[in-house]
Amino acid sequence: MSAPTAPTEDRASSAPPQGTKGSRGRLSRSKQAPLSAIARRRSLTGWAFIIPAAAIIVLVNFWPMIQALFLSLQTGRGTQLTWAEPLLSNYQRLLQDDTFILTMSTTFIYLIIQVPIMLVLAMVLANLLNAPWLKYKGFWRTAIFLPCAVGLVSYALVFRQMFATDGLANDLLTQFGILDSPVNWLGETGTARMVIILGLLWRWTGYNMIFFLAALQNIDRSTLEAARVDGANGFKTFWYVTMPQLKPIILLCAILSTNGTLQMFDESYNLTNGGPGNTTMTVSHYLYNVSFRNSPNFGYAAAISYAILIIVAVLAAIQLKVGDKRD
Amino acid sequence: MTRTTLRRIPAYAFLSVAVLLSVFPLYFMAVSATNTSNEVVASKLLPGSHLLENFQSLVASQPLGTALYHSSVNAIATTLLALVLCSIAGYAFEIYHSRAKDAVMAILLLAIMIPFAATMIPLFRLFAQAGLVNSTIAVILPLVATPFLILLFRQASRTFPHEIIEAARLDGLGEVSIFARIYLPTMKPTLAAAGVITFLFSWNNFLWPKVILVDNAYQTLPMLLSNMRAGYVTDYGSLMLAVLIVSVPTMIVFLALQRSFAEGVTGAIK
Repeated sequence: MSAPTAPTEDRASSAPPQGTKGSRGRLSRSKQAPLSAIARRRSLTGWAFIIPAAAIIVLVNFWPMIQALFLSLQTGRGTQLTWAEPLLSNYQRLLQDDTFILTMSTTFIYLIIQVPIMLVLAMVLANLLNAPWLKYKGFWRTAIFLPCAVGLVSYALVFRQMFATDGLANDLLTQFGILDSPVNWLGETGTARMVIILGLLWRWTGYNMIFFLAALQNIDRSTLEAARVDGANGFKTFWYVTMPQLKPIILLCAILSTNGTLQMFDESYNLTNGGPGNTTMTVSHYLYNVSFRNSPNFGYAAAISYAILIIVAVLAAIQLKVGDKRD
Repeated sequence: MTRTTLRRIPAYAFLSVAVLLSVFPLYFMAVSATNTSNEVVASKLLPGSHLLENFQSLVASQPLGTALYHSSVNAIATTLLALVLCSIAGYAFEIYHSRAKDAVMAILLLAIMIPFAATMIPLFRLFAQAGLVNSTIAVILPLVATPFLILLFRQASRTFPHEIIEAARLDGLGEVSIFARIYLPTMKPTLAAAGVITFLFSWNNFLWPKVILVDNAYQTLPMLLSNMRAGYVTDYGSLMLAVLIVSVPTMIVFLALQRSFAEGVTGAIK
């Protein structure tokens, strides 16, 4: 941590004002502008640098989020919206909407199965890549991270092709005698969900690995040496010395992955198109359908979107709490 | 010596399997782009000679050029704007740091937690009311300023020595010149990391363009791919070629800048 403004003002007070202010300072030399004016001008410059980005973030994030809250309390089609009667009727409807409950459950199944497997895999890979004796580090890292350079729609279509009934997965598995007859992967709820989870693992493990690897490289080597001197074996060193130092980054990755899974749309839309019978559809996909398919219902859609927002916030809070506890 | 080598074999084996699984779908995609539809269905895993025919039938049946143009304009404009807006904001949050600015940063960071799902509908209504449906500005505006990029640049500014700024001020340089001519050139790894992240995200973005680009004449490459899937295209060779064409630019950007990317991420995590 540094304290940037303090040294700035120290230097300004020890040097003549006309010098610190450059050409503008020379212009007002006769007036001898007070030092606080320089500080104020710099502060204003700082705000001027910040405001364009901050204003856009408010306009495209906070403002719509507040709008969505009001929208979720309204009913009607298209632009003809009136306050709902009772006000929370959209939220009451959520609890009786079988498709909402199904898509939300499906999303949670993806979350609970995929995120832990991915984070463990990413951690194992990051530790292997961080081993001092490993050769061709760049090659391994690049190859494992490469799926992240592919778009979600692109990989969804490749996986759709590979897991088609007459696709590569069936051909390979029957050839090697693992399967007797081709499986209709995308036609059955269980296998279709499995394909989506496999796709997510393929696409995101390398991404999380990069963060873990960066964090591992920042770990103070002396703490590892100390553990070794004290006679800790490799696993103990990892568990008691490395892991506690990685906790913030694991927490960050867990929260980002949770957030991402709850908003998952592209795979559901392009890999399985929600089928069979909406059983692989994510809640964001359902939200899209309610918003922009058939007869759009913005009020109800906004209620769905707020349900997602609240669940994201609650899960993040839980993760932060659990993350803090182990200290 | 041999015992340690033996112990390393499982590690290399594990990594090899991981790499195989990572690369194989991409290999399948690339190989399929050169094969006929029947060969793709027959799971041929060797390169074929049908690349040109696949390309011709793809261009004949899909508006590939227009989609490529729209995707390029969107991704390049987003990346340039994001780099300017977020680098200068991240710099200011650190260099002109004050209690009020820290508070603003803390509030902006909360936006990372807002799911896009929760803002999508009002955002659509906002741009619709402004008559900006189908416009480039509507596609790119939600992506050009992100708290994450600002954070990335603020963290990177932490290590930038303040004495240099003071010296530049004594030399009479204005605040904007100090940022542009002295600070930015030292930030190449961070700029590369931020550029890669933004370019990949914009190029591959699907849901928001799909929502705001109502007219298919403005469709981007991911939308074109998705429409091919929805149109039950049965020429799988062409389909895989389309997927390959969409994936190649992002792979090039990533491979070209991956070293800087890794450095940038490492710097941000410190």
